[in-house]
Amino acid sequence: MTIRKNQATLTADEKRRFVDTLIALKRSGRYDEFVTTHNAFILGDTDNGERTGHRSPSFLPWHRRFLLEFERALQSVDPTVALPYWDWTVDRTPRSSLWAPDFLGGTGRSRDGRVMDGPFAASTGNWPIHVRVDGRTYLRRSLGGAVRQLPTRAEVDSVLAMSTYDMAPWNSASDGFRNHLEGWRGVNLHNRVHVWVGGQMGTGVSPNDPVFWLHHAFVDKLWADWRRLHPGSPYAPAAGTPNVVDLDEPMKPWNDTTPAALLDHTAHYTFDAA
Amino acid sequence: MPDITRRHALGAAVALAVTAGAPLTAAAADDHGDHGGHDGPEAFDEVYRGRRIQGRPAEGGGHHHGAVYAVFVDGVELHVMRNADGSWISVVSHYSPVPNPRAAARAAVDELQGARLVPFN
Ligand SMILES: [Cu+2]
Ligand SMILES: [Cu+2]
Repeated sequence: MTIRKNQATLTADEKRRFVDTLIALKRSGRYDEFVTTHNAFILGDTDNGERTGHRSPSFLPWHRRFLLEFERALQSVDPTVALPYWDWTVDRTPRSSLWAPDFLGGTGRSRDGRVMDGPFAASTGNWPIHVRVDGRTYLRRSLGGAVRQLPTRAEVDSVLAMSTYDMAPWNSASDGFRNHLEGWRGVNLHNRVHVWVGGQMGTGVSPNDPVFWLHHAFVDKLWADWRRLHPGSPYAPAAGTPNVVDLDEPMKPWNDTTPAALLDHTAHYTFDAA
Repeated sequence: MPDITRRHALGAAVALAVTAGAPLTAAAADDHGDHGGHDGPEAFDEVYRGRRIQGRPAEGGGHHHGAVYAVFVDGVELHVMRNADGSWISVVSHYSPVPNPRAAARAAVDELQGARLVPFN
């Protein structure tokens, strides 16, 4: 059974296996397929048109499935690996062990944002940025550069307290839990973390930075936490909503699963702590 | 919708080539995000930090999804998107809305630090 752990608690061996597996997937070309898929949905999801991966109720089940696919790819290389999560309300500075050279490496240098240490630094030759929106082929970050503060626990709790999953118009203008967690409204959780990391994480090709997976694994955990806090609150909308994935509608690009089938994560993995 | 088959066919193999066919929507008609009159933000053309940035309402309904407005950096189109509240984002600054397309173009120039854009279609 896959157990997703807080990244801060990983052993040196767990970190090394995770990193080695990412690099193996990168070398095989499979990693970049995930980046490509993500950017395709970023570009295609619009507030007034079809929307699946983002700015819509299916933001959470879509990323849950996307992470599951990625985790299965990791496990095809090393079956002991699980996705760790990054609780950015606790590990909230560039001095966190997350950004140490034995794990993800640190922030970028000021001149060009280039990450200079860790396994994903361009100088290692192991992490070329192929799927990109500009000419730069090296991993970039500017931790805390564009927005100073990561969300606080109190801000997270204020969003977890929202009892309605999502509301019309089911997009970036919605009230409710999903859009506040995604960050288009209110205190801004998920979006702000992308901006705080900077570099590729601020773009449509954000999965180029491995921290993408740890960020989304925590967003996914917050969804699980929310469901436990509000056992009577259903996914919405239930049916008949144009351009939006209803509870029992298949979700692209897989077309073989629905939000309903993804509500309970425990069929696939558990977390190290409630 | 053509969007469905096209996106489905895209699979995970075709990099940065999404040209989803969502129809033009009310986005252009009800835009209040800028002082651009009834059909969206005004055109602009300026040099910002050494880069030429241009923006204009998309011609002929645009060649990619929902394109109501096109932005260029040194002649290469920057994918931009209007949010429901009238704010704008671009593919190089996707999670950080700004008030209008010119601000999105300037944010892109800041982010690019001199790098060239890769055409997205
Ligand atoms: Cu995403
Ligand atoms: Cu994200």
